[in-house]
Amino acid sequence: MVDVAVVDYGMGNLRSVEQALRKVCPDAEIAVSDNADVIANARRVVFPGQGAMPDCMRELDMRGLRKIVLEAARSKPFLGICIGLQMLFEHSAEGDTAGLGILRGDVLRFASNQHDAQGGKLKVPHMGWNQVKHGGHALWQGIDQDARFYFVHSYYVQPQNAALVQATSDYPQPFACAVAQDNLFAVQFHPEKSQSAGLKLLQNFMQWNP
Amino acid sequence: MLAKRIIPCLDVTAGRVVKGVSFVELRDAGDPVEIARRYDDQGADELTFLDITASSDDRGIIFRIIEQVASQVFIPLTVGGGVREVGDVRNLLNAGADKVSINTSAVLNPQLVADAAGRYGSQCIVVAIDAKQTAPCRWEVFTHGGRKATGLDVVEWAKKMQALGAGEILLTSMDRDGQKNGFDLALTRAVTDALEIPVIASGGAGNLQHLADGVKQGGADAVLAASIFHFGEYTVQQAKQFMATQGIEVRL
Repeated sequence: MVDVAVVDYGMGNLRSVEQALRKVCPDAEIAVSDNADVIANARRVVFPGQGAMPDCMRELDMRGLRKIVLEAARSKPFLGICIGLQMLFEHSAEGDTAGLGILRGDVLRFASNQHDAQGGKLKVPHMGWNQVKHGGHALWQGIDQDARFYFVHSYYVQPQNAALVQATSDYPQPFACAVAQDNLFAVQFHPEKSQSAGLKLLQNFMQWNP
Repeated sequence: MLAKRIIPCLDVTAGRVVKGVSFVELRDAGDPVEIARRYDDQGADELTFLDITASSDDRGIIFRIIEQVASQVFIPLTVGGGVREVGDVRNLLNAGADKVSINTSAVLNPQLVADAAGRYGSQCIVVAIDAKQTAPCRWEVFTHGGRKATGLDVVEWAKKMQALGAGEILLTSMDRDGQKNGFDLALTRAVTDALEIPVIASGGAGNLQHLADGVKQGGADAVLAASIFHFGEYTVQQAKQFMATQGIEVRL
């Protein structure tokens, strides 16, 4: 039984997630795995992802990992990252794709031709370090209000139940960049690439006992 | 609010960081892993490594460097140089790169950009453009480290790369590179105005005002610089503090 399994469904740079977990928990047993048994038996699960939603869903199903991810998301400390957040919802506008439907709501694309307060053109993808306003969830412990995290995405989640939102960021309107439900926590930004604030969040996750 | 990014650039050859003037006259600047760590401590928003190794024999060195940096530095890493096929993109991502920059190969084979973005996502595909001014308000794309003219118009080329799936453009003025007299602001503005995706201004930053100008006048989403940081003239932190005093949103 490993301490934490990083679900490998063939998408994205999983080494970064692994390296960051190793940094915050040098003694933990970490598995980057596409093996259903390893994921099922892991104490915690990280569900990362990069790339397009239709590809991610297809690759997940091709590896037969849908069921095991659904189970993990309902039963143990579970951290979704980026597309790993978006896939938890019912539907994405990206390629008109059905998600896992663990959380109710949609994934929408940022509107083009938006501008910031200084009149600057807001690019899509939303790429770079943005401020995060967060609530009182255990995973924010020791992280400053308005701390900056690294984002890179063109789509954002809109949960049906606003009470699930654990943090927002502005681009230019506020959007949900962290959601939580019971044993599940998921973020739009990349904690593994967000220097000290990101490492702190990962450390909190590794110590979280929901 | 989203911060404008400062990206130190490390040109790497034979395991060392070097810096040239207008793409020639290389000068040694130190060990890449040590330098990467220093910039991370100073608050760099990302790091870009360009493998300028001429021979393919030394390709393994850049993988080892990226692996070492990625295990110690937790900010986005971009790697470019010598990327010819989708397999090269995969190998660099596996070594720990978050984004891969494609330059000459994008011109020789534009489909590579579409294939790589389709497979790994636009977020990790940066198209690097080396631009040289050929007439007032007209710039041409050059390849092969700036040695070969392509006849392509920079603005049109950048739009095509965006359409094929590039997530970001790294725009270098060959006329300004290493000259330390500022970015080509007209070039930067022409490209940023034409695109939806972020643009990194590169080539010519010689002082902190140049960095601020790249953002305010050039409209760049990020600024890339090498020599002003490598030889200790300024720290990344000083650059950010200066930009903040100019009203630019930065991560301090």
